[in-house]
Amino acid sequence: MKRQIPFALVFIFGFFTIFQYFVPHESSEWVYEFLLDWILIIGIFALALGIWSLWRVSIDKINNRRPNWGYSYVTLAGLFLMIIFGFTAKNGDSWGYYFPFVIAVLLVIIMLIQTIKAKGQSKILYIGLALLFLIISILIGYFDKSWSIHFSTSEGLKNTMFQDFFDYILIPILSTMFSLLAFFIASAAYRAFRARNVLATILLVAALIVMLRFNFYLPGAEYFARTSTWLMNVPNLAANRAIVIGIGLGVVATALKVILGIERGYMGKG
Amino acid sequence: MNIFDKMMRLDRRWIFLFLIIVCVVTYIIPFKVPIHVVPEVRSIYDFIDTLEPGKIVLIAIDYDPNNLAELQPMTFAIVEHCWRRKIKIIFTALSQNGPGMAEQAIRDISDSMKVDKTYNGKFYKGREIKNGIDYTFLGYKPYYGLVILGMGQDFRLPFPTDYYGTPLDSIPMMKGVLNYDQTAGVIDISGGSITDAWINYGQGRFNFPLALGLTGVMTAQYYPYLGSGQIFGIMGGLLGAAEYEKLADNPGRAMGGMRIQLYAHMVIILFIVMGNVGFFMNKRKKKLREKGI
Repeated sequence: MKRQIPFALVFIFGFFTIFQYFVPHESSEWVYEFLLDWILIIGIFALALGIWSLWRVSIDKINNRRPNWGYSYVTLAGLFLMIIFGFTAKNGDSWGYYFPFVIAVLLVIIMLIQTIKAKGQSKILYIGLALLFLIISILIGYFDKSWSIHFSTSEGLKNTMFQDFFDYILIPILSTMFSLLAFFIASAAYRAFRARNVLATILLVAALIVMLRFNFYLPGAEYFARTSTWLMNVPNLAANRAIVIGIGLGVVATALKVILGIERGYMGKG
Repeated sequence: MNIFDKMMRLDRRWIFLFLIIVCVVTYIIPFKVPIHVVPEVRSIYDFIDTLEPGKIVLIAIDYDPNNLAELQPMTFAIVEHCWRRKIKIIFTALSQNGPGMAEQAIRDISDSMKVDKTYNGKFYKGREIKNGIDYTFLGYKPYYGLVILGMGQDFRLPFPTDYYGTPLDSIPMMKGVLNYDQTAGVIDISGGSITDAWINYGQGRFNFPLALGLTGVMTAQYYPYLGSGQIFGIMGGLLGAAEYEKLADNPGRAMGGMRIQLYAHMVIILFIVMGNVGFFMNKRKKKLREKGI
């Protein structure tokens, strides 16, 4: 039964989705829309699972003092800070006691982490401290009217802290990481592009033409641009089309195998 | 180790050093790089330029800050071109960090729109860009494939409200706008696999005009769809954005960045040539040694 029900569900919904595509009837569309809603709801649960998983992995790293465990605190701080910022918004010109509130919430989380790894008397101490900081944060949240908590509306998205953390922390970090790639690509190109044989030479020449396509210092710059366009539109298109068709057929075959119960990898142990 | 060996096995830190020097110097010294416009970029420009004012275009901001350098200039050029021509925009952001990128772009372009400007000899008076009138930002939802399919039925299915929590039915611009049929087309600016979903689930099923703005490394992969007519245009990397800026007569970050890219490429080519000279000379020396010369 444990296996038959999932197989039956995959079979029914798999075939329904295929046939629905060819049936433009109102009721078929209604069921299709209903299914789309369901998948989106399941997706939201997956998000919660992801946050829980991140919490568990980070706590495990901190408790067992695994290499670079200190960074797990930064990960968790980033996670909870963005959640706090996303659900709060300033009401006037001043932030009031907003930042003591944020610190108090973070201290609650730190105390909870300490509670998990502590033993005996110290466990009670950390629970007490967590409760103390929780009460402080609730009191600040209740009495401070210069900002407010918004769970059901998207007011928090207008929080300048939420935007500033994204604009001035996340964007520079990710951009920096990605820009480092340019240096590794340059180094890899220097090592890989060697005319060792005919195929490597063709690859090298094609790469040089594409790289030189907008180099106006060259006498035949226009020619390089045109050749580059031809390379993209003819040989590249032909090769890529073959790959795309191959992948497409592979996807159809795999989908049929899953729907018919031949491929059972999605159930875990084959 | 002889000179040719050294040419072949250069420490990569030398490459890094040369590259950073060239990038910094070309960043500091301003000069223009002539841009050759390819037909696949021109077709996107022509598409926007020939739309009647009041028409709606869906622009999908499907990239994260990693791709900001290449893709944000594309967004800036296209969105400003649309708004100067009074074309309305529905924004979606189907990658996790996309909403932040879209918000930043909307904020910055709205500021730029307040200034009077002349593009291609045509004067455009500055104006305030209003949410709900000039654009609607739908935001992010997980499972992009399903969101794209859902929007094909009704935008209200995956997005009952916009990003800021306003119900779509109470947004003036969205009145009478049900699905892709009421838009002139979709432009997906993407740094990942969401593009495949736009082609397969979006264009493939609902048959709307689709154009792509992609990172440089992705571009070659999507040419088959251009050949098959599934997409009508591709903008590839910073060069694609610079070509659009040139056509729109709106030089920005992309055209500025091209001088850095031009010289960085020249440094890479120089090192490749150097490595190959070393490789061939070593090979020749080896052959001569074998022959006993």
